[in-house]
Amino acid sequence: MIELKDVRKVFPARGRADEVVAVDGVSLSVDRGEFAGVVGPSGSGKSTLVRLVNLLERPTSGSVTVDGQVLTELPDEQVRQARRSIGMVFQHFELLDSRTAAGNVEHPLELAGVGRAERRRRAGELLDLVGLADRADARPAQLSGGQQQRVAIARALAVRPDVLLCDEATSALDQASTTGVLELLRRVRDELGLTVLLITHEMSVVKAVCDSAVLLDRGRVVDGGRLADVLTRPGSPLGEALLPAPVADAGAGHDGALLRVTVTDRTPETRVLQTLIGELGLAVEIAGGSVETVAGGRYGRLLLRVTGGGAGLDDAVHRLQADGVLVERVAATAEVSR
Amino acid sequence: MSDWNRIWPQLLDATWETLYMVGVAALVTVLLGVPLGVLLTVTAPGGLAPRPLLNRALGLVVNLGRALPFIILLVLVAPVTRGIVGTTIGSTAAIVPLTIGAVPFLARLVETSLREVAAGKVEATLSMGARRRDVVRTVLLPEARPSLVAGVTVTVVALISYSAMAGAVGGGGLGDFAIRFGYQQFRTDITLATVVLLLVIVQALQWAGDRWARSLAHA
Repeated sequence: MIELKDVRKVFPARGRADEVVAVDGVSLSVDRGEFAGVVGPSGSGKSTLVRLVNLLERPTSGSVTVDGQVLTELPDEQVRQARRSIGMVFQHFELLDSRTAAGNVEHPLELAGVGRAERRRRAGELLDLVGLADRADARPAQLSGGQQQRVAIARALAVRPDVLLCDEATSALDQASTTGVLELLRRVRDELGLTVLLITHEMSVVKAVCDSAVLLDRGRVVDGGRLADVLTRPGSPLGEALLPAPVADAGAGHDGALLRVTVTDRTPETRVLQTLIGELGLAVEIAGGSVETVAGGRYGRLLLRVTGGGAGLDDAVHRLQADGVLVERVAATAEVSR
Repeated sequence: MSDWNRIWPQLLDATWETLYMVGVAALVTVLLGVPLGVLLTVTAPGGLAPRPLLNRALGLVVNLGRALPFIILLVLVAPVTRGIVGTTIGSTAAIVPLTIGAVPFLARLVETSLREVAAGKVEATLSMGARRRDVVRTVLLPEARPSLVAGVTVTVVALISYSAMAGAVGGGGLGDFAIRFGYQQFRTDITLATVVLLLVIVQALQWAGDRWARSLAHA
């Protein structure tokens, strides 16, 4: 649905400022109906990247295709038309203070030449969808941040886009509002069959809503894939960022080897422990770890201290690997790193 | 003084002249100054439709208009006035230099107001597939409305002050009245009465303008 091919965006030098390569050869593909994330530290080029999708920023080179249309080859007028099928929500909502909530939702409909009665009806319907039917006449200033973002989402959906771009849509919100807005995004994706591309610097946001994600650093894609794959792929920087390795307690005086095990729905910790303890007769102590819900699945990284014989341990690693478990032997240092 | 019943009607006439000059000039100033301000904003570097050369040229013209002392402008534009009104004397003739003096002033105020509209709102509207003129019409002008109203108020008050100089070209009005009756005839009471009248008009305008701007901001 969204296809970026080797996209570069260079902001030319201006005055004393040097030229900036904001996006440096990014290729990215998002399937229809997918909830995709772009995550990275600030300054990594995320916000520029999302603006390349609807050509708010024109790429210096490379191509942008949305719904089969190569936007980078279209004249301005057609790009304008194409933007109607690409909704966008922003970090700071960007609602118009001169309009009510309903007026803001009507704005894109107005621009698209929809008649007054139909606009009214549609705005009511959308505010209902985002749970703000009773605040139709409120001004943005009278709404909380979370409510404003809901209005902004209603506005972005007004002209029935196929794609929704979210630029740090929850970064200005508190935790409760963030959860609400993310649930809403996920729900509208499911109900309306949208394709969503979400930009964020927060791993927790990616974990809460995304099916897939790419990790951006200094304008380049460092890692990416479906979260289910990324989390179980050895050495994946994105997987590591999403679900950091537990820190081993230095535990001087402990013997035994440390195993780092990634548990999933398919290979839950009960099964891992059953293999190690029940079948191999090893003694297992949990030295650290956490298990959480990511993209609707259950994932965890556990650090197990295993005692009970040298040959037995190698055997254990093989047995787990044969079972499809991501497992690594770790040196018993204070910090576990790859 | 017993001659006040002779003076009152003339003071009233002068008041009407002032209101006429300022009223018409303000109307034309808004009609020309707002579009000029919009043009200054959108053609600026980083604006909606950057045209650096046009922007610089417009900026120069606007600055020229603002740098010229009004009394000089009054004389300089006399040929233009004759071309438009047919004469360079009288209240109607004074409207031309008043307008020419006020348009650059208002244009700068409009530019400042429009610049203060958050760039993100413009971007959000462009992301909806808006044309640039739609952005001006549905975002820049409505969002800046309270500030624009304040700018127009300041401009009208400045026009009243300019109009006092219109007497120099026989434009009449309160300023002219104060000079001819008050100053030249050593009638401090007449000067004072005129000043009070001007103050009342300016106060009333400012009050109305503030109220209007505030009602828009709350709306």
